[in-house]
Amino acid sequence: MAEQKKIEKQLSLPLKNAVQMSVRNMKVRFGRAIIITTSILLGIAFLTSVRAGNAFNMSLILNGPEEISSLLAVDIAEVNARQGWLVSLSLLVCIVGIINAMLMSVTERSKEIGTMKCLGALDKFIVELFLLESLAHGLIGSIAGAIIGVLTMTVVYLIQYGGLIFQIFPTVVIVKDVLFSILLGTFLAVVGALYPAYISAKMEPAEAIRREV
Amino acid sequence: MAKEAIVRTIGVKKSFMLGKVPLHVLKGIDIEILKGEYISIMGPSGSGKTTLFNMIGGLDKPSEGKVYIDEVDIAQLDAYELAWLRCRKIGYIFQTFNLIPVMSALENVMLPMIFGGLSTDDARNKSRMLLESVGLGERVNHKPLELSGGQQQRVAIARALANDPAIILADEPTGNLDLKTGKEIINLLREMNKEKCVSIITATHDLKMLDVSDRVIWLRDGIIERVEDRENITIKVGEVEGE
Ligand SMILES: Nc1ncnc2c1ncn2[C@@H]1O[C@H](COP(=O)(O)OP(=O)(O)OP(=O)(O)O)[C@@H](O)[C@H]1O
Ligand SMILES: [Mg+2]
Repeated sequence: MAEQKKIEKQLSLPLKNAVQMSVRNMKVRFGRAIIITTSILLGIAFLTSVRAGNAFNMSLILNGPEEISSLLAVDIAEVNARQGWLVSLSLLVCIVGIINAMLMSVTERSKEIGTMKCLGALDKFIVELFLLESLAHGLIGSIAGAIIGVLTMTVVYLIQYGGLIFQIFPTVVIVKDVLFSILLGTFLAVVGALYPAYISAKMEPAEAIRREV
Repeated sequence: MAKEAIVRTIGVKKSFMLGKVPLHVLKGIDIEILKGEYISIMGPSGSGKTTLFNMIGGLDKPSEGKVYIDEVDIAQLDAYELAWLRCRKIGYIFQTFNLIPVMSALENVMLPMIFGGLSTDDARNKSRMLLESVGLGERVNHKPLELSGGQQQRVAIARALANDPAIILADEPTGNLDLKTGKEIINLLREMNKEKCVSIITATHDLKMLDVSDRVIWLRDGIIERVEDRENITIKVGEVEGE
């Protein structure tokens, strides 16, 4: 054998191109993008509304008139525990939904992934593309969800307690809750996409291309 | 003139496990392909052409044996080097074209250059030039689905040439095309082969391919039945058609 020639290494996928490709993919597969984003939106809207409700309650107990606060203070602990369960469950459903949707989108694009690997894509380029997409789903879904959650609760409390809630509006707590929800929603979307992205990146190109859908 | 081997396989075997039963698809393939050669691999359906391609192209691993590309044993390469090899050394053409559907012709051709580290501007210019050279100068902004099969395959050829590979692997490039378009694609491949001195390896049932091939490798049931040089090919054509 002749001497093993040294292969100089240089492969890249600039972020700009990756973002462009992800955006393009989401536009073309708009239906799927909407479903994933909506599932995140619903989960996060639920989480945020529960937390905003708690914030209103706490603020009413601390700053509201005597008759309301004493009424609320009685069963607050029990209510919190029950709501904790509901929120966890809804988020779980949300993650399973994301993983499922991403798995389908990976299977659907198996040939495309195989082709890209033939053109020199590294595994991490593929993962990057999927993660970028789910990052966008996560951000959009959870921002919208958080806003919807807070608005819904504000309306509910407005109907129940009238203008009083604006006097005791727990701004700081609610802003914190919203930020928390957005972070959590985005994190979950990215984590939910990791597994399918990893699977797709690991396939041998021959197998990925063979797998007709 | 000593010609260098660009591809060499030594005792390549491949088997797939179907449940518990191994299916031996390739049963020991030794071939040597020289720089600038145009090789056709012929054989009935199921004889293992695509499987052999995947071994040569580093798209799958042989169960046994070695594949050398440009004297490098590709089993020794890590994932990064293998991706680099696919990017820079080998161009792939498929029966089903395999263009990225959401990208225009231009962007499809640009993609391997972007992976290869070319700037977007340089990639765009080179991509235009390549599309022009395959006769698609007017259609650069069309999506694959807006192009005919023959045009899509031209885009695929331009994409395969993007990083000036040493080898083009074409698995039944004319399989989905009509006679005339198939002929055009074959001529285009031959032209590129002459012009750029790139080795072309095609798998095919297409007898039109025989005219342009330097050598034909006949594959049957995972072994090489015979290898023919160009001079002997024409004589055999009648015999083949009788098969
Ligand atoms: N991933 C796989 N798993 C199991 N069997 C496989 C796999 N890939 C190929 N085979 C089998 O290997 C044999 C050869 O397949 P291959 O695709 O290489 O044939 P081919 O010569 O390319 O045929 P065609 O001309 O129809 O494309 C077939 O019997 C096929 O079923
Ligand atoms: Mg085949």
